[in-house]
Amino acid sequence: MGIIERISGPLVVANDMLGTRMYDVVKVGKLGLIGEIIQLRGEKAIIQVYEDTTGISPGEPVESSGVPLMAELGPGILNNVYDGIQRPLEVIRSKTGAFIGKGVNADALDRKKKWKFIAEKGIKNGAGVSSGDILGYVQETEHLKHYIMVPYGVEGKISGLKNGSFSVDQAIAKVTKGGKTTNITLMQKRPVRRSSPFKNKFRSEEPLVTGQRVLDTFFPVAKGGSAAVPGPFGSGKTVIQQQIAKFADADIVVYVGCGERGNEMTDVLVEFPELVDPKTKRPLMERTVLVANTSNMPVAAREASIYTGITIAEYFRDMGYSVAIMADSTSRWAEAMREISARLEEMPGEEGYPAYLPKRLAEYYERSGKVESLNGKVGSVTIIGAVSPAGGDISEPVSQGTLRVVKTFWALDVALASARHYPSVNWLNSYSLYLDALKDWYVKNAGESFVNDRIRAMKLLQREAELKDIVQLVGADALPDNEKIVLEIGRMIREDFLRQNAYDEIDTYTSLAKQKVMLSAILYFGTKADDAVAHLIEADKITKMKVREEIGRLKSVKEQDIEKEEKRVKDNIDSEFRALLKEYQAQIEEEKA
Amino acid sequence: MKFDIEYSTIESVAGPLVVVGKTRNAQYNEVVRIRTADGESRLGQVLETSDKYAVVQVFGPTDGINIDTTSVSFLGETFTVGVSESMLGRVFNGQGKPRDTSAGVAAEEKRDINGAPINPTAREKPSEFIETGVSAIDGLDTLVRGQKLPIFSASGLPHNQLAAQVTRQANVKNSSEGFAVVFAGIGITYDDASYFINEFRKTGALKRTVAFINLADDPSIERILTPRLALSTAEYLAYDRGMHVLVILDDMTNYAEALRELSSAREEVPGRRGYPGYMYTDFASIYERAGIIKGKKGSITQLDVLTMPSDDVTHPIPDLTGYITEGQINLSRDLMNKGIYPPIQPLGSLSRLMNNGIGPGKTREDHSGVSNQLYTFYAKAQDAKSLSAIVGAEALSDEDKRYLKFGDEFEARFIGQGTYERRTIEETLDIGWDLLSMLPEGDLTRIKKDYVAKYYRKGKGNA
Repeated sequence: MGIIERISGPLVVANDMLGTRMYDVVKVGKLGLIGEIIQLRGEKAIIQVYEDTTGISPGEPVESSGVPLMAELGPGILNNVYDGIQRPLEVIRSKTGAFIGKGVNADALDRKKKWKFIAEKGIKNGAGVSSGDILGYVQETEHLKHYIMVPYGVEGKISGLKNGSFSVDQAIAKVTKGGKTTNITLMQKRPVRRSSPFKNKFRSEEPLVTGQRVLDTFFPVAKGGSAAVPGPFGSGKTVIQQQIAKFADADIVVYVGCGERGNEMTDVLVEFPELVDPKTKRPLMERTVLVANTSNMPVAAREASIYTGITIAEYFRDMGYSVAIMADSTSRWAEAMREISARLEEMPGEEGYPAYLPKRLAEYYERSGKVESLNGKVGSVTIIGAVSPAGGDISEPVSQGTLRVVKTFWALDVALASARHYPSVNWLNSYSLYLDALKDWYVKNAGESFVNDRIRAMKLLQREAELKDIVQLVGADALPDNEKIVLEIGRMIREDFLRQNAYDEIDTYTSLAKQKVMLSAILYFGTKADDAVAHLIEADKITKMKVREEIGRLKSVKEQDIEKEEKRVKDNIDSEFRALLKEYQAQIEEEKA
Repeated sequence: MKFDIEYSTIESVAGPLVVVGKTRNAQYNEVVRIRTADGESRLGQVLETSDKYAVVQVFGPTDGINIDTTSVSFLGETFTVGVSESMLGRVFNGQGKPRDTSAGVAAEEKRDINGAPINPTAREKPSEFIETGVSAIDGLDTLVRGQKLPIFSASGLPHNQLAAQVTRQANVKNSSEGFAVVFAGIGITYDDASYFINEFRKTGALKRTVAFINLADDPSIERILTPRLALSTAEYLAYDRGMHVLVILDDMTNYAEALRELSSAREEVPGRRGYPGYMYTDFASIYERAGIIKGKKGSITQLDVLTMPSDDVTHPIPDLTGYITEGQINLSRDLMNKGIYPPIQPLGSLSRLMNNGIGPGKTREDHSGVSNQLYTFYAKAQDAKSLSAIVGAEALSDEDKRYLKFGDEFEARFIGQGTYERRTIEETLDIGWDLLSMLPEGDLTRIKKDYVAKYYRKGKGNA
């Protein structure tokens, strides 16, 4: 047991701490605030405290638990809201009311609740098991089998494995090796700062389908990949993150609100139970774990929240599930690191951030991936990190450190956001390096034509941007007719395809099949228009055609009607162009006569 | 219990900081009373404590403090404010002492001025529309109860008039309950302070207002306290007395400068432009105190004013604020120079909670569509304008000319209104439709077809 010597904000220096280890969790002061050792100097330990240190004074005791910060993993973790160090916020609320009190002890998983455990038939008592092996499952929600695995570092002969009703801390089996017996419970603990081991890592060839057109069609992220969303405030980072959390075709979603707004977490808490997972038709909350450490909650716990989240994600990955984790925002995590580093009086790197910032970022994003876990199941963790660059300028260290490691970049653009073009993903600056790896999947699931349409649409958008620069100088009327058509098709792709209203009941989610129809309708119109211009029809007539409006309204067509509507719209395009051509020919005839 | 020890062991005084030696068990954030030889007493707070010394920040001037005869006692509690309903109608200084008359206020209870973070699971989703009577806010960047929405202003812009107008006019639709107002003047001039107090007095709002005023020439370190006093008072009125409270913090730039002053006195590693690296966290501890709590009747809505140094929205003060608050109202010098009041520039403004508070039953069915469409058209008008600056207005296409005209009318009729003009949301939306009808019906792609059929004014303008 040590004694507090000095207190400065979230940093406490304690004496008489010989025998403690780096990253051990400690209880600080009479209130028993939770902290973590981050430096050792002789007999002194420097501790970052996860709670507000107001009222603590030198001379109070410090007690080490002898273990690092752990996440508790087991049935009951879904459908829950935790703070940065995995204390359930609902439980804290029942103990200290609407405002968060200090020194609250709360188990991450409910110890009282009983779960029905079904043992794996293939495993006979007396058989040898090793780390990661699946011993059975708990049906946690209607659609999710929560597999119970042998914890890391445990192996040997199993005994006493049986079906039954257990609380998370009761033994469901025993594993014995060399005279040492370990109780296996439904719950296991993993250190949050260390990545969980696995057998193999693969390149992923399947995208995370999000129902967001600009992402799925142009800038997809692979399952097991990583993406960054940097953008200034007001550019719609949080809305994008929430849309992905709602509609991504992942089995499990971990949402980390790291130093963000309290009302945003409330939004998620109110909306998710009401929304339905498009895949399983069950409430979204049943596949979601929330880690909420809002901006006014203690800064050290904010630093930990990112790790708590990824550890939960890896746990479900090991069961063979595809997991998506949103971290909103990684800049707040980096700032928490900076704050602690400054109080440690470390020599600062760029913009005051510690020199180890890029390394921490890289380590974190490397915990994504599609892997074969120790038990042979294949699962994935996809990381989507929001970045909040100061002043919206991505030359700052957090953005740069992130862009070096992620392979998908969604560049949010404040000019688009001000014009209420959401999602404000800039189509010229964003990129996805997964396009090649995912090509086969797209060809198989959406067809060769979709892949070609995507390439053609992107070319049109590039060309449109070039032409717009010219228009800025000479005016649109100075362009030849075929270039006017490029401008018009570019506009249609932007407004009728890329722009998507998250608050509209239908537009909020677009299946890949519908995305394909919408894009192909626009390009079909484009082909017809090019053709018409080649037949000397004026561009102005084409840009005034009525059918354009019908193409624009495809976004509000229900999923089940889209095929029917596609045919109707394409027929209308055909007939309107035929009419235009006829009118033009009649005019020629007249002139001839 | 602590022994009442008076230390006379001051080791150094520098700026607002006093280091007291040989302290024992001084608590972190504990309040300190400092007594000078001539009997004057000042308050301070422990910023750092160890078994050998304590660093104390002094609220108020440090003149008169000396090394040998000044004594320091530690009071064993954190900074508190005595709160009660009888504070309504009163004016206090930046430390919470009465400024209007010498009579004190009988406190019902004492509250820690730092508050505690609201548990995210205890928050109620803010969704009640506040009608401010200002079209640019109600129509385009709607304020809802429990929101924190700052005004991003700059020197010379009429943010005080706008803040006063909103305070005067704001009410929740279909509700007779008015707002209680908690006003925190942080480093504002005597002129500005008396403008607000007079406005409140003139309109009868003063009797439901509590004002904390730290003037420009008051000690700057007090500015760290002022918003916290105001918010603890607001929390009491909202969550214990069931009132809907509108908190105005004016001006947060002065607050941030006090924070920087303190940080540099502590010789901390500076972040951007000399502001401390923890300014985001510190700001959050203020802004996040807005909201609604489940099961409690009242609410706290924040209207924070800040002036952007050299009109720069990427400056750390507006930048960090924008990352925490739920949107911002951006004032523009261009619009003001055109003679438009309030000079709210919609393209830089945003209300994140708008979608919760609008629509049928709250405002009107067409609200969301009208707002999106006005935004889109106004953005197009700006494009047309920059184009005309290059090629000349004559060379514009007819379409661009129409948008140009729309832009001017929009600024004059929709954004522009009188300082004492109060528009209902229906009036605001109707003006919106007048303007939208200047453009062809087919261009209104962001509004549902049914609403276009219902509200579009056929035969008007150039359609």
